[in-house]
Amino acid sequence: MAEKTITPEAVETTVREALAQFGPEPEEITLDATFEQLDVDSLDLAELSQIIEDEYGVKLKGEDVGKIKTVGDAVDLVVNRAG
Amino acid sequence: MTQVVVTGIGAVTPLGVGARTLYERWLAGRSGIEDGEGVAREYEPKEHLSVKEARRADRFTQFAMVAGDEALAEAGWSDELPYDSTRVACIIGTGIGGIGTLEHNHDVLRDSGPKKVSPLAVPLMMSNAAPGALSMRYKLRGHSYGIVSACAAGAHAIGTAASLIQSGAADAVVTGGSEAALTPLSKAAFAALDALSDSGISRPFDARRDGFVMGEGAAVLVLEDAEKAKARGATIIATVKGYGASSDAHHITAPQSEGLGAAQAIGQALESAGLTPADVDYVNAHGTSTPLNDRAETKAIKLALGDRAGQIPVSSTKSAIGHLLGAAGAVEAVATILALRDRMAPPTLGYEEVEEGLDLDYVPNTARPLETNGHLPVALSNAFGFGGHNAVLCLEAAE
Repeated sequence: MAEKTITPEAVETTVREALAQFGPEPEEITLDATFEQLDVDSLDLAELSQIIEDEYGVKLKGEDVGKIKTVGDAVDLVVNRAG
Repeated sequence: MTQVVVTGIGAVTPLGVGARTLYERWLAGRSGIEDGEGVAREYEPKEHLSVKEARRADRFTQFAMVAGDEALAEAGWSDELPYDSTRVACIIGTGIGGIGTLEHNHDVLRDSGPKKVSPLAVPLMMSNAAPGALSMRYKLRGHSYGIVSACAAGAHAIGTAASLIQSGAADAVVTGGSEAALTPLSKAAFAALDALSDSGISRPFDARRDGFVMGEGAAVLVLEDAEKAKARGATIIATVKGYGASSDAHHITAPQSEGLGAAQAIGQALESAGLTPADVDYVNAHGTSTPLNDRAETKAIKLALGDRAGQIPVSSTKSAIGHLLGAAGAVEAVATILALRDRMAPPTLGYEEVEEGLDLDYVPNTARPLETNGHLPVALSNAFGFGGHNAVLCLEAAE
């Protein structure tokens, strides 16, 4: 499958769509919303990592994913890994 | 001996959502079986669970959560546990666990490769997922584990739960059984074993029976130490008077043909209750509608209850909902509890043709009042599983 080009906008869309499947209401998912506020836990982030790898070919390290706290952190992690 | 009482019950079955829905529809002669399957058609996850709760739970765990909510609400536990949470246990049986999750992820593995297999696959498919989910949902911090004994699991769970209270290990237990195995692999596998009905009709004890009809669902019960339940002013629905368990040690799927192991479990359930065959008013049979079970079970009832066997109404819930495998023992215990409350013997639906030797009173097609001569009615609820596992509960109506 062709991987998408990483841009902040594309990654943000992917992250928002993924998180919305996990349970939070779409309007709650803002860049500064914390995973704690959204009730997003380590299993959700494992699923998110799988989706990111699938779409962009970027493999996120568990230790890096363990440090991120907000939706924006997740987007930045993917964008920075690509850079 | 510490008495163990039931203070809440809940169920999801092919006859609908709710313990009373199951019992009332069965009593009225309704069947939840369509096209040879007992699907829990009225269960709609969104009506009971959030998006997150539903996607974090295999269907079998979802059933247990919904049945658990009903049971805890009835017990008056919805807002706060009446006991120290470390003294409340959670014991839930299943035959197979999250086989729907397993099959789906195997499809993903085959079609898309190992990297696409879900991180949720293990926590959803594991056979202890239901007690794990219920313990978290209700903040139960005592003993917590699954019971796996095929089609006896639901009854073993309740018996184990009662034993935990009697041993002093818990003040109360959330217990029951759950199954959601109407999946392609599971259906094909039971069919290959020649266990499923070709006709798609569940008619236990009838001469024309040709196998079981698979169903799905769950039942959850709240059990409490009787003294503690009374002290907190709980409404008591029934008493778990006794529990017997045994192994045929005979064959991996076939029951011992004389019903020896099953009779041993029935006798032990009565003995532990301090009762005799004369005290039994109703038997909720395992009654699978397989040629072997119903014959061996009839022999077991006669062996264990002697002359009394022919005088007791014996009926099978599976005639109305099919065989719920690891949930069956719990679902049938819940139906039995409500039958005892109402002093009713629910019917064996579809029963018409007598087979030689199968000559108990199977309560054909129409419910009938129990004759109790004024005493609190007592019932036995049988559950037997592949592997030769036998579990029998002795239940008594509340005062």
